[in-house]
Amino acid sequence: MARRFVPIAIFLGLTVLLIFGLYNAPNKKVIPSPLVGKPIPEFNLSVLGQEGNMLGTEELTGQPFILNVWASWCPACRVEHEMITAIARTELVPVYGLNYKDEPSEATRWLGRFGNPYTANLQDLDGTVAIDFGVYGAPETFLIDAQGVIRHKVIGPVTEQDWRNDLQPMILELINEARS
Amino acid sequence: MTDNNTTFASRRLMPWLAALLLCVFTLPALAVDPLIFSDDHEATRHQGLSEELRCLVCQNQSLADSDAPLAQDLRREVLDLMRQGMNDQEVKDYLVNRYSDFVLYRPRVTSATYLLWFGPIVLVLIALWVLFKAIRRQQQLLDEESSDTSPQGDAAQEQT
Repeated sequence: MARRFVPIAIFLGLTVLLIFGLYNAPNKKVIPSPLVGKPIPEFNLSVLGQEGNMLGTEELTGQPFILNVWASWCPACRVEHEMITAIARTELVPVYGLNYKDEPSEATRWLGRFGNPYTANLQDLDGTVAIDFGVYGAPETFLIDAQGVIRHKVIGPVTEQDWRNDLQPMILELINEARS
Repeated sequence: MTDNNTTFASRRLMPWLAALLLCVFTLPALAVDPLIFSDDHEATRHQGLSEELRCLVCQNQSLADSDAPLAQDLRREVLDLMRQGMNDQEVKDYLVNRYSDFVLYRPRVTSATYLLWFGPIVLVLIALWVLFKAIRRQQQLLDEESSDTSPQGDAAQEQT
């Protein structure tokens, strides 16, 4: 008699497993970057609003910094802009912008309207440097240490939680590391 | 009368309908940005590669299918890499280094994907084994039955 219920039991077991799996599947929107823990790519880009001025890997490294990928066409970038501004105001580390596939005039206007918290904005007009950074959408935010190694990456708008739980403690640690 | 009317109407509408359908079915061609290939071989190779790579924005599409701006950039990047003399594997590795294994449509065979690759084969083997056992049991039952219907069996039945 008990044997009859074996298939039903297996079926129910599989159903439970499937439902569990569906509700607990990892967030597919966020693809973990293989670049965390690796040095940033080599690049040299012109600076937004500073004709002829270039900034690259060499100039940026030497102290920890934040690189924020943004664009004027990106609505989520506006969402996080207040947070990015607040982070820059702490003056713990310089915040650089990577202006991703943007029209320089549009980008300048955007900054004029919403405020410019960035130490400098690097223009990635065709998005090739972003590809080297493994960027697949804006906004993305990288925390890079003094040696130029990517320590953390936030995909999507930076939230206060991201700052409090991840970025701030990691930055403080990096600063301590640099002191000792 | 009505029959004549409908045929008349459909005759007039047909060319328009055909034109409309033609538009609908050929429009997707405009979604694809033109990359300029130097020859057919390069085009086929590029097509093959972009079908093997995933668009990271619309994750259920390959680079070849997607018209997301990032997919366009990556298709261009793939062509650039090909022209730098990289072979298919090197191009894939280049993208995996930046976007993780996720960029590959066909997962690599690693210890993390053994279950994915070999799970179905194992399931089929188990199913075959169960089937084999069931057939064997059925056969045994049939054999027993047939030996039951042998003369002795008949005799036994008669006795009851």
